[in-house]
Amino acid sequence: MKIHLKVWRQRNGESKGYLEDHQVQADEHMSFLEMMDVLNENLVSKKETPVAFEHDCREGICGSCNMVINGQPHGPDSGTTTCQLHMRSFKDGDTIVVEPWRAVAFPVIKDLVVDRSSFDRIIQAGGYVSVNTGQAQDGNAIPIEKERASFAMNAAECIGCGACVAACPNASAMLFTAAKVAHLGTMPQGEVEQSTRVQSMVKQMDLEGFGMCSNTGACEAECPKEISITNIALMNRQYAGSVLGSEKSV
Amino acid sequence: MSWLTNFLFSSIGRKLTMSLTGIFLILFLTVHLLGNIQLLAGDGGESFNLYADFMGHNPLIQFISIGNFFFIFLHAVLGILLYFQNKAASGGGNSRYAVKSTKTTTYSSRNMAWFGTVILVFILIHLFQFWFKVKFTNFPEMITYDGVQVKDVYTLVAATFSSIPFVIFYVASMIVIGLHLSHGFQSAFQSLGLNHKKYTPIIKGLGTAYSILIPLGYAIIPIVFYLTKA
Repeated sequence: MKIHLKVWRQRNGESKGYLEDHQVQADEHMSFLEMMDVLNENLVSKKETPVAFEHDCREGICGSCNMVINGQPHGPDSGTTTCQLHMRSFKDGDTIVVEPWRAVAFPVIKDLVVDRSSFDRIIQAGGYVSVNTGQAQDGNAIPIEKERASFAMNAAECIGCGACVAACPNASAMLFTAAKVAHLGTMPQGEVEQSTRVQSMVKQMDLEGFGMCSNTGACEAECPKEISITNIALMNRQYAGSVLGSEKSV
Repeated sequence: MSWLTNFLFSSIGRKLTMSLTGIFLILFLTVHLLGNIQLLAGDGGESFNLYADFMGHNPLIQFISIGNFFFIFLHAVLGILLYFQNKAASGGGNSRYAVKSTKTTTYSSRNMAWFGTVILVFILIHLFQFWFKVKFTNFPEMITYDGVQVKDVYTLVAATFSSIPFVIFYVASMIVIGLHLSHGFQSAFQSLGLNHKKYTPIIKGLGTAYSILIPLGYAIIPIVFYLTKA
């Protein structure tokens, strides 16, 4: 199949970017990243600079293959990352526009690669559980209901790719932060620090310059792990509860 | 800054303010409609004029109306600020990508700021047409019911709604309020953290019904006045 690509090219953070046209001969069984590999091989053979894009696991769990494909983060299929998207989702002769995540808190490094260290700083602010080292605890020492464990597991599916920010018209990081708050605070081990965690993480999220949530729901629709905005509601009430109802202020 | 200002200016604190002022204004819409529907009582305006006089002089109502003005102001100013901050944070909002995708969001959720601006302009014109004239001018004339002299607001309403451009303007504004409510109603509860398997579908259903019925109730008034004018 013949694909007409319009790919975002940008030398570095300071330079102005533009959309560049390319033709690629692809196979419908290729993943989207394999099609990008073909493009890059063509470019290299012509002694041109290949398109910079991030990729690592290529099985949907690392959260690095981030591209906005025809206006949708990770492309048209729901519940998948770009590496899990296959060319069979497109038709012969299609024009595909590929752009990087766009948000002030995710500055472009080169072409399709953006700097997502703002997410790392949100995690550093409170996205962890402090544990004492020592003997491994018995897995069933604290009984937990199935529903509660499942809720935490669903939130823990977040791979931190940033599709929620890319999809949000406001570039808000609420779904990412809320997923971490919900996943860590729902289980007894992380519950102890939850009050401080939610205040610290929201504070860092605001400092990073993300936009504010207006409940459009674009994030949960585009999330490759289908994280629900129920988590955002949980963070809203836990944040208000922690600020207004505890003696802690971060 | 103290913890309180930090909270109020935080992203979630602002959402809460938007949500709570929004819920107040949602309630106000019901009360205002219940009063105004008396315009259609068919008694030549007696019940409406007496009601308008009561609303204009009761101290408790006066107190609440100050709150109402303040909440409208807060909701509008915060909304405008949020619009510009979000536009800056995203680097262009909805249209920052070469291909604009609208598959995952509703029309109303994407355009809340525009609807809000139209509603603000509507409120200002509406206040000037009725509230300002009744409160600060000698217009409209007084009318007497059983020895009680009150302003004849009913005749002012009838005169305003005898003009087709105003009828169209009011009805169009009500459609915009309906669109604003269709996202705002359920969004207010999500912002408060009230997202629940059992209750959220009910809230969404109520929100849809509310955003249709309340603007419809308001829109009927100018239409009836125009169609039945002498």
